[in-house]
This record gives sequence, C-alpha cells and structure tokens, in this order.
Amino acid sequence: MMRQEYWTLMDPCCDYCLHSWDNPCAKYVVCRVRGPFCHKSVECREKRQRRVKEVLYGSQGVRINIGASSCGLAAGAEKVIEAVKDGLRSMGVEAEISAVGCLGLCFMEPFIEIRSEDGPSPIYGHVSPENVGDILAKYFEEGSVDGAFAIRRRTGRFKDEERVPLLDELDVWRKQVKWVSRNCGVINPESIEEYIVTGGYEGLSRALTMKPEEVIEEIRLAGLRGRGGAGFPTWLKWKICREQSSEEKYVICNADEGDPGAFMNRLLAESDPHRVLEGLIIAGYAIGASQGVIFVRAEKPLMAARLEKAVEDARRWGLLGENILGSGFSFDVRVMRSAGAFVCGEETAMIAAIEGRRAMPRQRPPYPASKGLWDKPTVVNNVETLAHVATIMAHGWREFAKYGTERSKGTKMFCVTGGVKRTGAFEVPIGTTIRALVYDIAGGPREGRMIKAVQIGGPSGGCLPERLFDLPIDYESLQEAGAIMGSGGLVVIDDTNCMVDVARYFTSFTLAESCGKCIPCRVGTKALYDRLSAIVEGMGSQEDLQLLEEIGMMMKEAALCALGGTAPNPILSSLRYFRDEYEAHILEKKCPAKVCSRLVTYAINQELCVKCGLCAKSCPVGAIVKTADGHFTVDESKCIRCGTCVITCPRGAVEKR
Amino acid sequence: MSRRISSGNIIESLQNVQEKHGFLPRDSLIKLSQDTRIPLSRIFGVATFYHQFRLEPPGRVTIAVCMGTACHLRGNAENYEFLKRFLSIGPGRSTSDDGLFSLEKARCFGCCSLAPVVKIGDMLIGKATPRELQRAISRIREEILREEAARETRG
Ligand SMILES: Cc1cc2nc3c(=O)[nH]c(=O)nc-3n(C[C@H](O)[C@H](O)[C@H](O)COP(=O)(O)O)c2cc1C
Ligand code: SF4
Ligand code: SF4
Ligand code: FES
Repeated sequence: MMRQEYWTLMDPCCDYCLHSWDNPCAKYVVCRVRGPFCHKSVECREKRQRRVKEVLYGSQGVRINIGASSCGLAAGAEKVIEAVKDGLRSMGVEAEISAVGCLGLCFMEPFIEIRSEDGPSPIYGHVSPENVGDILAKYFEEGSVDGAFAIRRRTGRFKDEERVPLLDELDVWRKQVKWVSRNCGVINPESIEEYIVTGGYEGLSRALTMKPEEVIEEIRLAGLRGRGGAGFPTWLKWKICREQSSEEKYVICNADEGDPGAFMNRLLAESDPHRVLEGLIIAGYAIGASQGVIFVRAEKPLMAARLEKAVEDARRWGLLGENILGSGFSFDVRVMRSAGAFVCGEETAMIAAIEGRRAMPRQRPPYPASKGLWDKPTVVNNVETLAHVATIMAHGWREFAKYGTERSKGTKMFCVTGGVKRTGAFEVPIGTTIRALVYDIAGGPREGRMIKAVQIGGPSGGCLPERLFDLPIDYESLQEAGAIMGSGGLVVIDDTNCMVDVARYFTSFTLAESCGKCIPCRVGTKALYDRLSAIVEGMGSQEDLQLLEEIGMMMKEAALCALGGTAPNPILSSLRYFRDEYEAHILEKKCPAKVCSRLVTYAINQELCVKCGLCAKSCPVGAIVKTADGHFTVDESKCIRCGTCVITCPRGAVEKR
Repeated sequence: MSRRISSGNIIESLQNVQEKHGFLPRDSLIKLSQDTRIPLSRIFGVATFYHQFRLEPPGRVTIAVCMGTACHLRGNAENYEFLKRFLSIGPGRSTSDDGLFSLEKARCFGCCSLAPVVKIGDMLIGKATPRELQRAISRIREEILREEAARETRG
C-alpha cells in the first residue's frame, strides 16, 4: 500500500490491525467506521470518529459542496469553484471545498451547498462567479441563509431561516424517495473514503458472509427487476447463470445509456460510482464470475473516468482482486469505452463490441446467461440495477420492497426533460403517476404553455396524451397503453411541438442506428421515415397512415432485436392518440404546432417591423420585397421556407403562420 | 485480467490511433491490419460502424450539435441547418472549405436541461440560438486567423 502523509479511514489504525494483503480481514469495511473490532482501544475508536467528521464536514467543520458532474460543469461549475475559493480567501474563512456529483435538480445548476454538522445546510441554485461572493458573505459574515433555494433543517441560529423553505417541504424533493441516488450530489464521487463513511461496501461485506444462493434469494425477495428497460427479474437471470457448469463466467455492467435524452445512469455513475461497482462485485459473487466489464458510452467520458477511478481505488484497498475480504472470492473489473452506436446497448450487440467486432445483435436464445461473452455464461445488468443490488444488500430486501407496486418493487430514477419548469433526474417509487412526476415534481408546463403528451422510453417507447397522466408508471400499465417504462427517459411534449415531427425524429434516430443486420428493421425504418417525411412536407395521403401501421406491425413481429421491434412504437402510439395531427398535415396541409417548415408560411408583422430591410438582404432567394409604400412583405411563391429571415430580424417581426 | 478481454480488441486499437491523429489515416489502418493479421476489410467494417471513428481529418475546431430528444424539441435541427449554411459546408461534407471547422451531430451530452446544446471545441453552449452561435464562431475564426497572421509575420 502506498504511503500517505495523513491517515485516512482506509489505512490500518495501529499495529494491532491484522488486515493485510495476504490475510484480509472480513470485517475490514465495517471496521473503518465502527471499529476497531479485533482490539480494544479508545484511542483507535476516537481516531476513527474524528476522521469521519472530517470527511463529512472538512477539517474546519464547514464544507462547501459544488455540483460538478457533466451537467454542472456544462453550466459553469468550474468557474464557480474558483470564485468560491476567491470569496473565502478574501473573507479569511477556512472551509473545505468539495466537488460533488449531481442532486438531480438540473434546472438550477450550478448549485452549491454549505454543510456543517449543526448548520441549516442551505442549497443555492443558479450560482455564478458574480453572485457567489454575495452568498458566502451573507452566510459567513451576516449569518443569514438569504437567497437559498432551500435548507435542510431549521436551527434557529441563522437569519432568514423562516423565509427559506425546507428541502423536505418542497414538492420537488418531498415526493421523491432517495434510495439508490441517496449519495448523488452529497459525496465526492472520487473519494472511496466518503463512500465508506456513508455505509459503502457494507452490502458487499454482508454478501460475502452469505452463500451465493442466499444472495440470489435476497434479491428475489426484494423483487428487483432490471432497470435497463425490459424489467426481467434480476435474481432469475443470476440463477440461470449460476447453474451453468462453466468454469469461466462474466458479468457486464451496461453503462451504454443510449436513449438520446436520458441521463439517469450517467448521473448515478458520475455521482456515486462505487455503488455501481459494489453491485457489480456482488453480482459476480452471486453467479460465480471472476471477471467483470463495465461498458461505457463514448459520449460520456466523465462517467468512464469516474468509474475507472472507482475501480482503481477499490483494487488498491482490496475490494477487488484476490481473496476479497478474506472470503476466497476473487474478482476484477475492467472499464471499456464504447465507440458509440445505440445498438451497443442491446446485450448481444454489446458482447460483440467487447469482443472487438461490429455491434450486431444475434438471435436469442441462447441467452447470454448460458452463452455470452466468449461463449461463456454472462450476466448483463444495467447501471441502476447494480446500484440497487448494492443498496439492497446493505439495507435488506424489506426496506426496498416497502416501495413500489405488487409486481414491481422499489424505486426508479427518471429524467424529465422538455416542456416543464423543472427539468432533472428524479427518483420515485415505481407506480407513481405520470401526473405526480410531471406536475408535482417537475413543476408542470412552462409559462404560457400547455402540456399535451409525454414520450416515455425514448425511441423504443411511445407517447401518452395528457388525459392518461393518472396512469401509474410501472412495467405493465404503460405497456398496455402503448408506451414502456424503458430505462427512464421522460420527455414532456407541449403545444410548441408537433407529434408527427416527434415521431419522425425518433424514426430518423432508429433509421440511423439500425445495425442493418435484419431486413425488417433496415428497410422498415427507411420506409417509415420516407412516409413520415412525405407527411411533414405536405405530400402525404390517408393511405400513408395505413401503411405506417402495417409496416409498424410487421417490424414488431419480424425484427431480430428490440431496436427494430420497438422502433415503430413512437409512430403507432401517436397515431393512436394524435391521429388528428397527422390528418391536419395530410388533409389541410397544416402543421398545428407550426413546426414542420414546409407547412408554415412566413409573414411580417407590420406592427413590430421597423423597416430596417435586413431580412430582405438575408433572404437567399430574394423573396422579401419592399412594396411601393415602404413595407416589407414575403412573396410566398418565391419563399423556400428556410427561416433565415426569422433569425435575422432584430425585432422578431417575422412570424410563422 | 485475462488477456482475452484486454488484447486483440481492434476497437481499442482504433481508439488509440484516433487519439493520436485525430482521425483514422489509411496507412495506419493498413499497418494495424498487418500487425494484427486481422483482414483490412474487417477493420474497415468496424471503423465505419461506430460513430466515434472518422476517416477524414477534422477541422481545427469541431462543432457538435446535439441531436438528442430534448435538444430536437427545443430547435437544434434549425441550429444545425443554420450552421451548415453559415459555415458553407456542402452536402456529404463535414468540414468547412477553409478547413477551420468541422460540423458533427452528437447524441445527447446528458445536459438536456440546458437544451438546445451545441459544443464548440470544448465549450458547451446551452440554450443556443443561431445568433449566439454566429457570434461565437466569428470570434473563434478571428482568433485563429489572428494567430496565424502573427505566426506568419514571426516567420
Ligand atoms: C436497442 C437497445 C438498446 C438498449 N440500450 C440499453 C441501455 O442503454 N442501457 C441498458 O441498461 N440496457 C439497454 N438495453 C437493454 C439490454 O439489452 C439489457 O436488457 C439490459 O442491459 C439488461 O439489464 P437489466 O436486466 O439490469 O435491465 C437495450 C436494448 C436494446 C434492444
Ligand atoms: S432489428 Fe435492427 S438493430 Fe436489431 S438486429 Fe435487426 S437490423 Fe440490427
Ligand atoms: S428585419 Fe425585421 S424589422 Fe427589419 S425589415 Fe425585416 S421584418 Fe422588418
Ligand atoms: S438532448 Fe441534447 S444534451 Fe440531452
């Protein structure tokens, strides 16, 4: 083990500690916080407790958390960190600055939280280098939490505490259950010590004292089903794999998150990577594998880096490698970066990619559980599924099964984006209604807008109209209504969006991502796309609608993998619920939402126009002309509907009609 | 770690080549084929299958327009069309004529709450509009040209 200047919880407390590489102690993990167990020493105990406090609140007793996962960084967290440092320096205040993950409250990134053991822990949103000085001065110099989005508790010692809401009182928080995302935005994801302090690797420690069959039984009792989309019972997959006689077995963590518009896996793995890794190790133990692979999406480099760091640290402290915690179980993990292709998320395609081939799915059965990576029995599990495994093993199946419905237990993370006030990633019990998620938690429509539908499950899912928002979100109810729970992407569609355009968008996605192996998908997605394109360009006919349905049904039956098999869902569901919008495009040649550019006309609002003439100059076909009385008008016969004038006009006077 | 997983994976070899050159030069692919005894056709098959790999050298600055769902709904298709026109990138091409910019489509940066998102170089622009993009690109172009001019005068 490497020498370090200061003592961390991961190090042995004194010479009496018997834990070593050659002879690992089974209680190593639990001993870090609650020990020592093997020798009596007040000093060693106090040393631990002091360090735990230091980890939680910094050596000065105050810690400033700054959300620095991909979304926080994109919103400018790095500059905020610098500004916080400057602010503290100029006030002469000493506090620990810690880059944490994401709270899931993306609508208010970047955020900071000022934590101390007995303080109110105010959380501030939309923090910028400009306003952070003010926030810090108010807190440290005036003792006020003014300007905070919320505080975690009322202490009575800070000014303005009454005026700031408690986090637990806000709908956006109160209606969530932070089970698997409990550490997200709270701990520093790059510190294994912080994970240990919050109870990390206790699930693994417990699992290793049980028989693999008992671990599988615990997961069965919990009722955990796969969070990657299909909802297959996790224990059953494990059991089938465990029963295979092969010496060599593999377990793969599916971190390919391909739904374009969902990021709950990224958020979880970036904010709490050890939880995912711990679940993977437990899965390996349960099925009898000695190797794991984490397959990460290329577009999410920070997620890969954080998982790599977690693997490295776990290895360094003996939580990966030979004879883990003296159990005799050996396991190692490798992180592989995908080269990008949506179909890689499909398990057999992913296996092909790991073997270095083009990611093309193959016929199942045989399922990977009997014939997977290098033809050996392999379990593929989603990031969130594995994080649930670790949490269940630490807290027991009963705690998990408290939430959810009869057939689908526990919680699920959802990404809510699109036309709502509060976009973000929220964790709710399975069975929560769409309405509660979209209106209570995400805050409902944006100012002046109207929500018309949600699209659940990305390109494989379907849309559901507003009147069905009281449906509970679980695997079965949504399927009956023509959508799927999927991996948890939920896009809110409002009156500025066109349903036909949305369907065409998803079809363009599946068309581009079809691997081309089977004809129903390769040709089917193209045929669907061509029909939809005709419709949005005003050249569709009623027969096209029938054709869309026929091709769609054919693909559902005949495609080799679920990419092709679910590709028609966005179309079929919007045809079911929003047929009138299709018909408006076909019969009236109108796009009701004014999105489809071929079906809108451009006109100049003379009341707003200041007659600067810029639009006329910018128009590539000279369709904007000055009339004799000095007005500018659009000549519809020339206009090619490129929209350049809309962008050019400084007054917003060019309107779509 | 077993050698089976860590070696012989052409995807990772190609990732390394691209890391080094910014794209996959023909000669490197031929050399890789000779070194690994994997047929060139298979290597080419893999290289063209995955989005990450580029067979054409990229421009000095890469502009990636997010084509994820949230960004689409908030109008990134318009931004993309605008950029294509503004950078005068012809059909089937991805690099502007002056070789300064290459334009690509990306699949969700995972920052959907900032939609629509465009990434210019390492800089993410949230809530992007054509006007803002125009400004950012003009600024970068000027910077590059100024740098080049300075280098030339220095000789
Ligand atoms: C086209 C396609 C894309 C998929 N993408 C993902 C993905 O991004 N993440 C994921 O976990 N599962 C994805 N899946 C599902 C996987 O094939 C597999 O069912 C899942 O990883 C199993 O894990 P679970 O049982 O823990 O859910 C995808 C399936 C298909 C057909
Ligand atoms: S359904 Fe599509 S993605 Fe799946 S195997 Fe067939 S062609 Fe490939
Ligand atoms: S650019 Fe706008 S303000 Fe100027 S002439 Fe055209 S419509 Fe009028
Ligand atoms: S859809 Fe563009 S960042 Fe997610």
